[in-house]
Formats: sequence, C-alpha cells, structure tokens
Amino acid sequence: MKKLTLITLSLALLAIAGCATMAKVGTQVAQGTGAISEEQGESLYRATDALALTFEDITPEQEYYIGRAVAATILQRYPALDDREANEYLNRVGQSVALMSDRPETFGGYHFLLLDSDEINAFAAPGGLILVTRGLVACCMTEDALAAVLAHEVGHVANKDGLRAIKKSRLTSALTTLALEAGRSLGSEDVKELTEQFAGGIDDITQTLVNSGYARAQEHQADEAAVTVLDRTGYDPHALVDMLEQMDRRWDPQGHGFERTHPSPGDRLAKVRGLVPGSPDTRVNDQRAARFADAVDGL
Amino acid sequence: MRDTRRWGPLALIALAAVTAWAASQMMSVQVREGQVRERPSFLGKVVTDVEYGDRMTVLSSQGGWTKVRDGDGKTGWIHTSALTEKKVVLKAGDIDAETAASGEELALAGKGFNDEVEAEFRSGNPDVDYDWVDRMERMVVPVDEAVDFLADGGVEPRGGE
Repeated sequence: MKKLTLITLSLALLAIAGCATMAKVGTQVAQGTGAISEEQGESLYRATDALALTFEDITPEQEYYIGRAVAATILQRYPALDDREANEYLNRVGQSVALMSDRPETFGGYHFLLLDSDEINAFAAPGGLILVTRGLVACCMTEDALAAVLAHEVGHVANKDGLRAIKKSRLTSALTTLALEAGRSLGSEDVKELTEQFAGGIDDITQTLVNSGYARAQEHQADEAAVTVLDRTGYDPHALVDMLEQMDRRWDPQGHGFERTHPSPGDRLAKVRGLVPGSPDTRVNDQRAARFADAVDGL
Repeated sequence: MRDTRRWGPLALIALAAVTAWAASQMMSVQVREGQVRERPSFLGKVVTDVEYGDRMTVLSSQGGWTKVRDGDGKTGWIHTSALTEKKVVLKAGDIDAETAASGEELALAGKGFNDEVEAEFRSGNPDVDYDWVDRMERMVVPVDEAVDFLADGGVEPRGGE
C-alpha cells in the first residue's frame, strides 16, 4: 500500500510539474509491473491530461462564454454608448480589419461597442468582444487611425492575451473536475464548482484589463499585429503612429484609464516607427473622410 | 511463404501509416458558423456554409487557408482559424464523450464553461450587463458588407489570401 501511494504520488507530481509525457510513461511502467491496476492507471492518465492543460486547451466555445462574461463585467463599470449609427460604423471598420488578422474566425465572431466614457481606453474580451471608449475615438483623426486602434485590440484577441491572464491553478481545478466527470452530464455541485473557477477566471482577466494591464511585450506584439493588419487591409499603417502621437498629447501619468494599463505612447511610438516602412500616405479619400466625420460627430 | 512472412509486417506498418495519415487529414469546424469559399480569400464566393462540429477532409493548405471537402463532397477553402484537429463532441453524454479518454477531448465535450455555467454565474452576479453583450452580438457585419465598405472608402485589401 505504501509502495502504491508512493508511486501514485510520484506520478502525480510529475504531472503537476508539467511532465505529462514522463508521467504517462511512468504510469505505463507501473501498470506493466503490476504496481498499480489498469483502472488506477486509467484514472491517472485522465488526471495527467487534465493537469497538463493550459489556456491553449480552452476551446473556442468556452472562450466565447468567458468573453461574454468579461464584457458583461466591464459593461457594469463602463456604460455602453447607445448610438446606433456610431456603433454600426465602428463594427464595419472593426470587422474589416478582423478579416485580415491572423485569426479572422472565432466561435462567435468579432463585435465592437462604444463605451460612454471620456477615459482613453479599450478592452478586448476573449473571443472578439471589443469595447472602445469615446475618449479613445477622440484620439483618432481619421478612419485609418480608428482602424489602427481596432487592429491593435484584434491583435490581443488573436494572441489570446485575455485567456493567458487566467491563473493556471484555476484552469487546473476546472479541467480536473471535467476529467473526473468523464462522459456524463455534470451534477449541480459540479456546475457550482466549475462556476466558481469560471468567476475566478473572469476576475483574473477583468483585473488585468482594467487595473494591471498586459505585459509590455504583449502590447508591443499587438502593435506589430496592427501594423501588419493595416497593411493587408489597405489602410495606412502610419495611422498607428498618428494615433499614438495624439494619445501622447493627452497622456496624463496620473490618469486612471489606459495610463494605468499601457506602456507610455512615447515608448510604443519608438517601436512602432521602426515597423512602419516608407512615408505616410497623404492622399485623402473624400468618401472615407466624410463617413468618418459623420460617425464621430458629437461623440 | 517466406515472402509473405517478410512482407506481412511491412504491409501492416504501411496500413497503419495510411490509416494514421487518413485520420490526420480530418479536421472539425470550431466556429459556430463558417463559410467554405471558392478560393483562399474572403473575397472568394461562398461554396457552402458549415457549422460547429462539422467534419471536413483536408486536401491542401495555402497561407492561412485550408482546402477542404465536406460530407456532401463539396470542396473549397476555409480559413484555418475556423478548424481544429480535435474532434468536437457536441454534448456531454454523447457516445463520443463517453469514449473520450483524454482531458483534451473532454474539454471539447460540450461541457466546461458553457450556457449552464453562464446561467449560474449570472444568478450569482445579477449586476453584470449581459443585455448589452447580447445587443453587441446582434451587430453583425457580413463579409460581403465589409468588402463593399472598404471598396466604397477606397481601401484596397492587399492581403487576406
């Protein structure tokens, strides 16, 4: 019995350490030598698989439900701007850049919404629900600049930055519950337990989006993605430089929005200027300029 | 007889390889709704619509796009981000879910963070604003509309292929 416990414990430790393959091999050996029964081996396999899972194993359907909860939680703090025309316009620009991203397809698709706040901020909930404040739109002088903002947020969705903010321990607990309940419908206690992990994960993401911000490297990666996507779509990538310059003028180091969660625009500008080739496109398309002016008028 | 003995194991290995190859050539649709298009671009005409969980045979790939054949034999291109190599099991309790041995497959078994968990979360957090989330999700811009929108504004896509 002591021997069995020791073997089981060692295998579990290997699994926790992320050495899923080692743990599986160990389980096979233990089964082969008769140290543990086939049934015990099976159960260890399942636990091993569950423990080895990371944010990458969250399915697009689960990401969708996580994204809905994150957006709903942010909307509790920042009210939506009930302006149909402006929101329709925002969705047209947003959908256009999302199509040209590295991840144009998500379970529920990309959707964009304006927030009625002067704060300069934007939030990308997992799965493609993107919220942008009036204050951030005010930093955009052109449709191309707005496209740059949205392409940056789409970059966070494509890179699954929101899901990466979930603490690993929560995923482990949630996925272990699932693994242990293989193949049958979950009972109400299981649903409660899963919901606790779910709520914890939503809190991890929301705290990151609203308070602590992503790592600097993730922001630079989203800027890089934005430059690529703007170029593919046919918008001028220099628009990201213009937008960051506007933002830099409004930057208040004591601010509570985006100042708290993003690297300074100056820091981002230094990197982005190096990514954007050639000179700015100075041609003005009248129709594009007019529809932008119409949409943001009065915001 | 000696020949059979010599070739038998090889034939078995070959059969296993072919089976493994065939199995790896199937992928599942991992988005709620998707489109298979005539060419590897969102500008290509839609050949057929696909749904979450549909199994597709993979024929080839190019850039971010995969050429597939659906169950009705229709072929075309779908963006690779709409596909997964994992088998999608739609509901817990399905035969597939019962036989799924790994956590990976189980995570796709329609369980986990789903509508049931959302309902429980909402009842515990009555102040979160799902109404606007639902309204937001109804703001849909079809691909054709986005393409026309870009064209009307003189924006000429250089990518998406």
